[in-house]
Amino acid sequence: MTTSRPAVIEVKDLSKRFVIRKDKSIKERIVNATLSRQHREDFWALRNVDLTIESGSTVGLIGPNGSGKSTLLKAIGGIIQPTSGTVRRRGRLAALLELGAGFHPDLTGRDNVYLNAAILGLSRRQTDLYFDAIVEFSGIEQFIDTQVKFYSSGMYVRLAFAVAVHVDPDVLLVDEVLAVGDEPFQRKCMDRIKQFQREGRTIVLVTHALDQVVDICTRAVVLEHGHVMLDGSPRDATRLLRKDFDVTSTAEMEASGPGTHARVVSVQPRDSAGNNVTDVRPGEDLVLRVTVESDQDLADWVLGIGIDSPTGQAVFGTNTQLMGTRMTTLRGRRVVDVRLAGLRLGEGQYFVHGALAQWDGPTFAKLSQAAPLEVGGTGRSIGPVGVADLTSEVVDAGAHR
Amino acid sequence: MSTLESEGRSARLAQEDWQSSAPGGGLFSGTLRSVREIAGQKELLGLLVRRELKARYKDSTLGFLWSLLRPLSILVVYYVAIGKFLGAERQIPEFAIYIFTGLMIWQLFSEIVSSSTGSIVGNAGLVRKIYLPREVFPFATVGSALFNFLTQLVILIPAILLSGSIPTGSRLLYVPLSLAVIVVFATALGLALAAVNVYLRDVQYLVEISLTILFWASPVVYSWALVRDALGSVAEGIYLDNPITLAVLGMQRALWVAGTDQPSPEGLAGRLGVCLVVGLVLLWLAQRLFARLEGNFAQEL
Repeated sequence: MTTSRPAVIEVKDLSKRFVIRKDKSIKERIVNATLSRQHREDFWALRNVDLTIESGSTVGLIGPNGSGKSTLLKAIGGIIQPTSGTVRRRGRLAALLELGAGFHPDLTGRDNVYLNAAILGLSRRQTDLYFDAIVEFSGIEQFIDTQVKFYSSGMYVRLAFAVAVHVDPDVLLVDEVLAVGDEPFQRKCMDRIKQFQREGRTIVLVTHALDQVVDICTRAVVLEHGHVMLDGSPRDATRLLRKDFDVTSTAEMEASGPGTHARVVSVQPRDSAGNNVTDVRPGEDLVLRVTVESDQDLADWVLGIGIDSPTGQAVFGTNTQLMGTRMTTLRGRRVVDVRLAGLRLGEGQYFVHGALAQWDGPTFAKLSQAAPLEVGGTGRSIGPVGVADLTSEVVDAGAHR
Repeated sequence: MSTLESEGRSARLAQEDWQSSAPGGGLFSGTLRSVREIAGQKELLGLLVRRELKARYKDSTLGFLWSLLRPLSILVVYYVAIGKFLGAERQIPEFAIYIFTGLMIWQLFSEIVSSSTGSIVGNAGLVRKIYLPREVFPFATVGSALFNFLTQLVILIPAILLSGSIPTGSRLLYVPLSLAVIVVFATALGLALAAVNVYLRDVQYLVEISLTILFWASPVVYSWALVRDALGSVAEGIYLDNPITLAVLGMQRALWVAGTDQPSPEGLAGRLGVCLVVGLVLLWLAQRLFARLEGNFAQEL
């Protein structure tokens, strides 16, 4: 059964400008009063952002550093006021922008639980009710009456997270705080997030962990320089972002060294018969025909190729150094075939890339998503690994009485 | 996948009213909203007050005793230096009680103003990360200052009992009136200064200096009679327009029984009443200023 989902957050034409002032003291302000234009700089953290979030969805806000993700989250949370545009919301909202923001180092864990819970909007009676559960979730029972300044950083965030997940929000804003604690605790956190999803709570998440976005989000928004670049499935969003990251890092590495005069021209998947292909069946041979060129003499170079999943995760990669092939000095154009015999990828969409590196050195040129590669199948398995055959057989039915 | 609970939540949320994420609002509608929001945070306010008090004398063996020893030491210094050495005691009967009543109300004022001023900057971690009606931070300092004021009664009441002249009757009404004037004025100032201090950190140093000057602008350690004799009628009028002065005089009127026959300005109760009304208007204006400025707190801190 499906019910229509009411919107809980509505962002309309939101812009946020930060003024960067270079004078802070009274003296400077007075002296510079007439020239004040020269002493301020505008920076648009958000530009005309529209966003509607429905109840029960989990939305990931992703983007490079300084793209405005956190600013958007703070505007939704009412922590900063927009320069123009409106933000409306409904339901009870809890913002987890920093774990333990309200903790006072000189108070005990117990006092801080009550204080932090009140800050997040829980009444004293509710906190009494949840107190044992909070302490149990944090797993630091024996230190609850110790001042938190004596806590390890791990204990600190555990307690803070425990409080945060026990408030009862309709909308939860989370900024980069899920990756805390050790692995079992992280798993506990993820379980709690999934429980929140089952309970129909709305989660808006700012994170750099793109795999996490694919894992838990139902929708992702890519922000760059304050603009919404893409608003869609987490898969599309992470692909776009990874591609952009690739472009940036490629541009960086090509800006210096041999990258200025050598490049990968193309990577073309072919079958064993020599025909260009865009799809491959599991178990078939795949040849990647890589064309590289260099304007100057290039010695001791290594050619690399790889296959990536749509979200940018590398599933296969090799290079001529690993294969033990030394390449002769490159000048002009050269075409190299790399043969992947009996390649068995899991069903799905992939991309191939080619790269140039120095022997035992860094990569200096890369061609990302050089060509798509579709792996067909029967829909009987998931994941990036394929198998030759897939059957199941009952070998022990157990005693039947 | 949708569970029963999530459908219930959806249905409930669909009924709820939209609210704007941005604080503020008009001059009047905004006030109503702010008052409602702050009233909704009563419990948090209590916890914040307790935090201030607990954290102040953290780890010290004597703890709260220190909050008594500080005013006591000031009292002794003034009593000896001004009362005995400068001879103020000769004109002012029961000089110790006289000083202490004035000192108590003065310290309430100065504590509210100085700690409110730094309250937003001091709680930067919270202001930047969590939305709360930010007024709770200055208000919490008002709460802890009031608590300290009350603890000083532990000294004053036995002192009055020892002196043998116990205040009774309608004169005691000056106590709540003076207290209200001081709290309202100090809170108004504190709110406005807390907000301005975020943008101009120089304010907190300015406040320190101003408080030192203001202390001597009220008859705490000298008598009103001396001022009246020294000032002309215009200057005297200005001197009496100071709400702190009026509150100090009010407290002395109420609790300093030995000074009943000492000169006192005319119509003190009326002046205090006017002051209270003016103070309330100022408090409202200060809150509106605070609401105007709080929108950019998070980014300025």
